Amino acid sequence: MLKYTVKRVLLAVVTVFIISAITFFAMNAIPGGPFSKEKAPDPAVQAALEARFNLDKPVGQQFLIYLKNLSRGDFGISLKTGREIAQIIQEKFAVSAKLGGMAAGCAIVLGLILGSIAALCRNHWPDRLIIFLTTLFVSVPSFILATILLLVFALQLKWVGVFSTSNPNYVLPVISLMLYPMSYITRLTKSSMLDVLGQDYIRTARAKGVREALVIFKHALRNALIPVVTYVGPMVAYILTGSMVVETVFTIGGLGTEFVRSINNQDYPMIMATTIFLAVLMVVATLLSDLVYKLVDPKITFD
Amino acid sequence: MTYNADKLPRKNLLSLQIDLKKFERATDEEKAQHEIMRESTTFFRDGMRKLKKNPLAIASLIVLFCLVVTIIVVPMFYPYSYEQMITVNGKRDKTAKNLAPFTYSKNELKAIEEGQEIFPHIFGTDELCRDYFIRVIYGARVSLVVGLFASLIVLVIGLLYGSISGYFGGKVDIVMMRIVDIIYSLPDTLMVVLLSVVMNQILGSALKGSALSKIGPNMISLFIVFGVLYWVGMARLVRGQILSIKTNEYVLAARALGAPAGRIIRRHILPNCMSVIFISVALQIPSAIFTESFLSFIGLGVNAPMPSLGSLASDALNGITSYAYRLVIPAIVISLIVLSLNLFGDGLRDAFDPKLNQ
Repeated sequence: MLKYTVKRVLLAVVTVFIISAITFFAMNAIPGGPFSKEKAPDPAVQAALEARFNLDKPVGQQFLIYLKNLSRGDFGISLKTGREIAQIIQEKFAVSAKLGGMAAGCAIVLGLILGSIAALCRNHWPDRLIIFLTTLFVSVPSFILATILLLVFALQLKWVGVFSTSNPNYVLPVISLMLYPMSYITRLTKSSMLDVLGQDYIRTARAKGVREALVIFKHALRNALIPVVTYVGPMVAYILTGSMVVETVFTIGGLGTEFVRSINNQDYPMIMATTIFLAVLMVVATLLSDLVYKLVDPKITFD
Repeated sequence: MTYNADKLPRKNLLSLQIDLKKFERATDEEKAQHEIMRESTTFFRDGMRKLKKNPLAIASLIVLFCLVVTIIVVPMFYPYSYEQMITVNGKRDKTAKNLAPFTYSKNELKAIEEGQEIFPHIFGTDELCRDYFIRVIYGARVSLVVGLFASLIVLVIGLLYGSISGYFGGKVDIVMMRIVDIIYSLPDTLMVVLLSVVMNQILGSALKGSALSKIGPNMISLFIVFGVLYWVGMARLVRGQILSIKTNEYVLAARALGAPAGRIIRRHILPNCMSVIFISVALQIPSAIFTESFLSFIGLGVNAPMPSLGSLASDALNGITSYAYRLVIPAIVISLIVLSLNLFGDGLRDAFDPKLNQ
């Protein structure tokens, strides 16, 4: 287990390094510097500005300086607003984390329930209905889902209020962010539940007269949970990227909106910082879910 | 050699020799009855038979076929084009702005009274006085083409890389698969966004004036990004398939019987992994369409005035309260495309995956 953990952590560190390198050098490849304007400024001013932001040094050295700053949590300053990026991320991520956390929680709980129902009522109407709905939700892009929900429930039927800072109503954003991972978890739970229900120990438990509820919750569901753990990493990645769209649609001022805005504003330090920040989150989530999977699954041998 | 019952030597009393006089010759009809009735099927025919029995897959195939025919045929005779403002009598018609479906602008109504025939705007027009129906058609075209091409790029790169890695094995395999592992662990959507931002800027200035600039830097960068990032899944799949098939007993048996390598690859390895690869390509198309529409939505997709379903939906967000249908139409089309591709891919998998057949 220790060897595996070390190996996975090392791979994660390498991945984070590669992501920062790609981000840095890709952004550097864009023609034009941050201070190149149509009207050329005074060369002395230009040189002073470049020296201030270390732009006069070779690219390799700039990268090392950037990495050093990153490790101290210094992401630089935004070109558009001139504010510290670390501060912006801290502020905006609180909103995104709240939204994403709620979506992830609902997705897991509902997905497990629906998946178990589908497995237990196999080939009956609840199963058919659940599978039909999940296939539908998997096929609709999140921005379409978000806009349709906004249109129908907030603007036409007026059941829920539109999101605003004074009246933050998270119902619709959470639903539109949740449906895809929920459908995925439902399918995953269903297939692993069916797998488990066919096992010998389930038959043994039933044969010795254990109550059906106990068979399902104690013997079946606990074992069926294991494959779901592996999906947590990809789900975090999905929710983080999905929240870019969902936050834009519902005009929630989170990190996703900030990212999309920085793309449209061509605010490169902001794009770099947000990419690296989100990427680290995703890598850590994947790492954790892999490690937990190894821990909880007794069938996997550690080598 | 034919036996004549009368010409046989006399039977010894105690002999167990069969007395042929007691038997009748089978007629041709009776002989035919003993022949195996069912024709031997090939793998492909067997799969097709299963596919035909799957109503969902057939229905989605029909939907896809209708869509493809529509987006190919309609632009041939449709009087409006996707990037032009509506013109009446050779003049730009500025009153044809934000028309509702099947309505005409003031100038058009005048022209109709004068006896001209004007083709109705089936989905109305957008705020730049362009016919919305043809924009949706072109948007669907762009989405499908992006999906197909991106999947083809992924297929070619993944197939080559995976088969080299799986075929050579050993150190080559280890090194090649480490590279794949690293690319695989990168968060793909984020990298797609990042690379699209960068590619747009680089290609935008590099392509100016060349033939490729008509496709637009965004579209090309989309393909490059797909080529760089998404092939790893395919490469892993192909390598795994080749590795596992190589060790199967029937390959060993074929080798023991002296079959040449070419025959083993053609008869045993390829048919067994082709189906899995094609299914994965079929399921790759909707995911590529998803990514394209996502990028279009956050402003990194195809360049204006070229529409894509994602950018149409994102444009429609501005007028969502008054022109909701402009959002609903591309939403339905994109969901229909992705849904039917997904269902068809699932049907293909059920019919052709040799592992599921057992």
